[in-house]
Amino acid sequence: MKVLVAVKRVIDYNVKIRVKPDGSDVDLTNVKMAMNPFCEIAVEEAVRLKEKGVATEVVAVTVGPKAAQEQLRTALALGADRAIHVESDERVESLGAAKALAKVVEKEAPQLVILGKQAIDSDNNQTGQMLAALTGMAQGTFASEVEVEGETLKVIREIDGGLQTVSLKLPAVVTTDLRLNEPRYAKLPDIMKAKKKPMDVMTPADLGVEVASRLKLVKVEPPAERQGGVKVGSVDELVDKLKNEAKVIS
Amino acid sequence: MSILVLAEHHDGQLADATAHVVAAAQAIGGDIDVLVAGQDVAAVAEAAAKLDGVSKVRVADGETFAHLLAEPTADLLVALADDYSHVLAAASTTGKNVLPRLAALKDVAQISEIIAVESADTFKRPIYAGNAIATVQSEDALKVITVRSTAFDAVGQGGSAAIAPVEASIDNSLSSFVGEELAKSDRPELGAARVVISGGRGMGSGENFKILDNIADKLGAAIGASRAAVDAGFVPNDMQVGQTGKIVAPDLYIAVGISGAIQHLAGMKDSKVIVAINKDEEAPIFQVADYGLVADLFEAIPELDSKL
Repeated sequence: MKVLVAVKRVIDYNVKIRVKPDGSDVDLTNVKMAMNPFCEIAVEEAVRLKEKGVATEVVAVTVGPKAAQEQLRTALALGADRAIHVESDERVESLGAAKALAKVVEKEAPQLVILGKQAIDSDNNQTGQMLAALTGMAQGTFASEVEVEGETLKVIREIDGGLQTVSLKLPAVVTTDLRLNEPRYAKLPDIMKAKKKPMDVMTPADLGVEVASRLKLVKVEPPAERQGGVKVGSVDELVDKLKNEAKVIS
Repeated sequence: MSILVLAEHHDGQLADATAHVVAAAQAIGGDIDVLVAGQDVAAVAEAAAKLDGVSKVRVADGETFAHLLAEPTADLLVALADDYSHVLAAASTTGKNVLPRLAALKDVAQISEIIAVESADTFKRPIYAGNAIATVQSEDALKVITVRSTAFDAVGQGGSAAIAPVEASIDNSLSSFVGEELAKSDRPELGAARVVISGGRGMGSGENFKILDNIADKLGAAIGASRAAVDAGFVPNDMQVGQTGKIVAPDLYIAVGISGAIQHLAGMKDSKVIVAINKDEEAPIFQVADYGLVADLFEAIPELDSKL
């Protein structure tokens, strides 16, 4: 089966973010960028399915600026066979990304699409669900275990109270949670080889979709700073403060 | 304006989160209906009818809606959404699963995890793990929104809304429920607890988490964990507090052996009072703690237990 895996270029998770002084957005100039961590888990899962002989081809796709080809090359170095770049310099949010991905799904006809459950920049947690809706597929979100069983897919999902197992008709969309796997690092020879793997570049217009965000970003501001408090010298002092100053225990 | 709130429920009981989502709906303004979808949910519907500010409770009771699988639940919402200007749900794993599917089917954007209502079309939401707050405006005819329930105080329970069944024939050939493994605990839910005590990597092992039990019992607290403790395999993921786990805002949050990674702070920094117990006095958790105790947790926790 063919597996399509979507990745997103985001700010590196170690970078401390700064809001622009004019409050228009977060400042991304000269900031280290990387593949979204949940997308790394998605790529890893697709590659493992190929190593197990379940997947025959892994295709990586992204929707974003030219620089996002770096993340596609990373996916190729990790084991994807080829890549598709839907190039757009607009501020793309989940619905636009899902529309572009739905067109790619139509062309590629994968049996399984794997995405990260959320990107660590917008924290939306929407694209996989929206893609499933637009393609009429079942969705297995927040997956911690995935198993192909003939024409169906068994997905164990991380839900608020514990774990839920669902059975989905294939083709289906899966979004990854943290415990699905531990992504590998790309090895140098694979990074070199990835440079020669095929990458198709197209625009949203080529696919016949509009990807620009329909939500207006009015302003971005830093969160209210929490004032650090005091250090207490002993457990007795702590209990006293909680009882008599904060009054949160009795 | 009219607003539809998707009720959250577990084990035949209305979840607390719904009363918080109704509060967000009140902040938007307009008639508020609650949709209770599920199987054998009569008691949930009655509880929802008591929530202040609710005009009508609409009930879709049937096997198709058991466990609120995304595919049929989104189809049900699509069938009802034309009567409303807004559809709201808690930013729980249910709401996050279902609402984006509804939004895409209606060709509208979805606004995730709002923490404040500026007006009927403008909302605040955290981005970058809460390190920035975005104000976003939607021009879509239908606003589909998930709500961070800790950001809105629950409405009271003095209401008496009418309950009416929904006539909609929805089927689901895409997905089926296989099973569930739910953590069993007599303690309050993490998201709703007044006190939360969480352990981090400093706990050393899953076995050591037991030393938190007595204090949790005495304070009526839920027990949480940092992602480091989950990744180390000490405790299951449903205990995780943080950007990728649960967002909590209790009256009292006690962080034990937690260094305070940004990722964890994103999940608890709106707590009213934060206590940190850590032997590393440089740990970032102390920068957000109201009361910090630099101590070995294996000495401090038994002592705290004996003094409560």
